[in-house]
Amino acid sequence: MIRLENVHKAFGSNRVLRDMTLEIPQGSSMVIIGGSGTGKSVALKCVLGLIQPDSGKIFVDGTETGTGDRDAFLARFGMLFQGGALFDSLPVWQNVAFRLLRGSLKRPADEAREIAMEKLRRVGLKPQVADLFPAELSGGMQKRVGLARAIAAEPEIIFFDEPTAGLDPIMAGVINELIREIVVEMGATAMTITHDMSSVRAIADNVAMLHGGVIQWTGPVAEMDASSDPYLDQFIQGRAEGPIEAVR
Amino acid sequence: MNVMAPLALIGRSVLTLLASVGRISLYMLDAFSHMLRPPFYPREFLNALLNIGWLSLPVVGLTAIFTGGALALQIYSGGARFNAEAVVPQIVAIGMVRELGPVLVGLMIAARVTSSIAAEIATMKVTEQIDALVTLSTHPMKYLTAPRLLAALITVPALVAVGDVIGIAGGYTVATQNLGFNPVVYLKNTVDFLEPLDIISSLVKGAAFGGIAALMGCYYGMNSGRGAQGVGRATKSSVEAAAVLILAANFVLTGVFFSV
Ligand SMILES: Nc1ncnc2c1ncn2[C@@H]1O[C@H](COP(=O)(O)OP(=O)(O)OP(=O)(O)O)[C@@H](O)[C@H]1O
Ligand SMILES: [Mg+2]
Repeated sequence: MIRLENVHKAFGSNRVLRDMTLEIPQGSSMVIIGGSGTGKSVALKCVLGLIQPDSGKIFVDGTETGTGDRDAFLARFGMLFQGGALFDSLPVWQNVAFRLLRGSLKRPADEAREIAMEKLRRVGLKPQVADLFPAELSGGMQKRVGLARAIAAEPEIIFFDEPTAGLDPIMAGVINELIREIVVEMGATAMTITHDMSSVRAIADNVAMLHGGVIQWTGPVAEMDASSDPYLDQFIQGRAEGPIEAVR
Repeated sequence: MNVMAPLALIGRSVLTLLASVGRISLYMLDAFSHMLRPPFYPREFLNALLNIGWLSLPVVGLTAIFTGGALALQIYSGGARFNAEAVVPQIVAIGMVRELGPVLVGLMIAARVTSSIAAEIATMKVTEQIDALVTLSTHPMKYLTAPRLLAALITVPALVAVGDVIGIAGGYTVATQNLGFNPVVYLKNTVDFLEPLDIISSLVKGAAFGGIAALMGCYYGMNSGRGAQGVGRATKSSVEAAAVLILAANFVLTGVFFSV
């Protein structure tokens, strides 16, 4: 279970998170939606400790993050970055198997490569891709390699930052199914950021909408459409008019 | 208020300077402590050896050979003013080994290695690759900084030694081909004149300058601002800082070795 309690984060005068509180139950899939620049990526990075919140507390399974063994903490996580963040000095398969080639989860190189190939297959990439370098791939392929890397070590908690952005609808469907599978079969806890409402419906158990630095609405995905929240309503309908100012 | 403004400006810049000196010193200590503790990344280290050492050889050789040749010409014509043309081999040797070898190799490494380390790490930083490293339980200091630092500490002294030899060879070539020196006498004078301390100081300077070059590249890369502009600024600052620190360290080390 992940719990964010009254988290604040500002960059200079830009107050991004202003008292964000959210709970993600163990083994469930939470999808975070919200306008561009509302701090969704920042919230994920706060949980991982890549960004230090100004105030507030974050708990993972009851232990406050930042206390205890950081390596052991991070070993439980997988993260797909919004920009992919592949290591461009390493070929694709070594990117995917990065965790399996060094550190506490290290195993023989051929075994690691085999796992990498299997993960690449699951994100719909051909085996030939394995020996290319990230710069030789298209944007959507890079995204999927990032996804394969996030799930390679079968982490308990997985964060996906816009997993289907830049993918064609069919591939997006494949990825949505994959995320759903990881949560259902592996019992992982997932936190996904997406702008794609069909992904939301495919992936989410629960949905949270971030707006103005706070969680504007949260609840089960089934209740999303029936909610009377005007912000959420405007967002899922994709209307230009409403409480959220579209032209800033 | 207006009278105080320049003072305030000076005060602020001094404070900023002191703060960055402090940060860089802490970074150095941290880098060394990570270099000595596992986990180690041998593949990264071998890569760094190749990039910092082996691939720098051509530029180091060219720098040294031209400098040694020019040095011989200068000393010959300068020495002629007081009938001391004969000191060419000794002055070329001492000038190359004690001073020009380490300094010029150090500056070349700052230009070639510091800039590339800074640009590479800064790009990794702005494309979230450093964040990705952290989430994959890999400490950027151990994975990126430590191998480069260790490789520079080992290879730059070796490059300096190569530069010293090639520089002396450049002086030798000019002196024997153009200035009429006897080859055998030239070499004998060079070898007889150099003392072990000259060579030790050269290598120690090499290690220090190599360490500075690698650390400045890593430090400014890791602290890069956002975007392409951030990468550009990080690269520029890293080379500036490395070059200035190398020249300052050269002054200090020369004092330590030879001021008595
Ligand atoms: N390292 C940083 N330094 C300064 N400002 C930052 C930093 N990271 C994020 N921000 C700011 O925080 C705000 C939220 O950024 P964030 O990346 O979380 O947005 P987001 O909700 O993920 O948007 P998108 O859907 O477009 O990805 C933005 O205004 C951004 O400029
Ligand atoms: Mg984002």
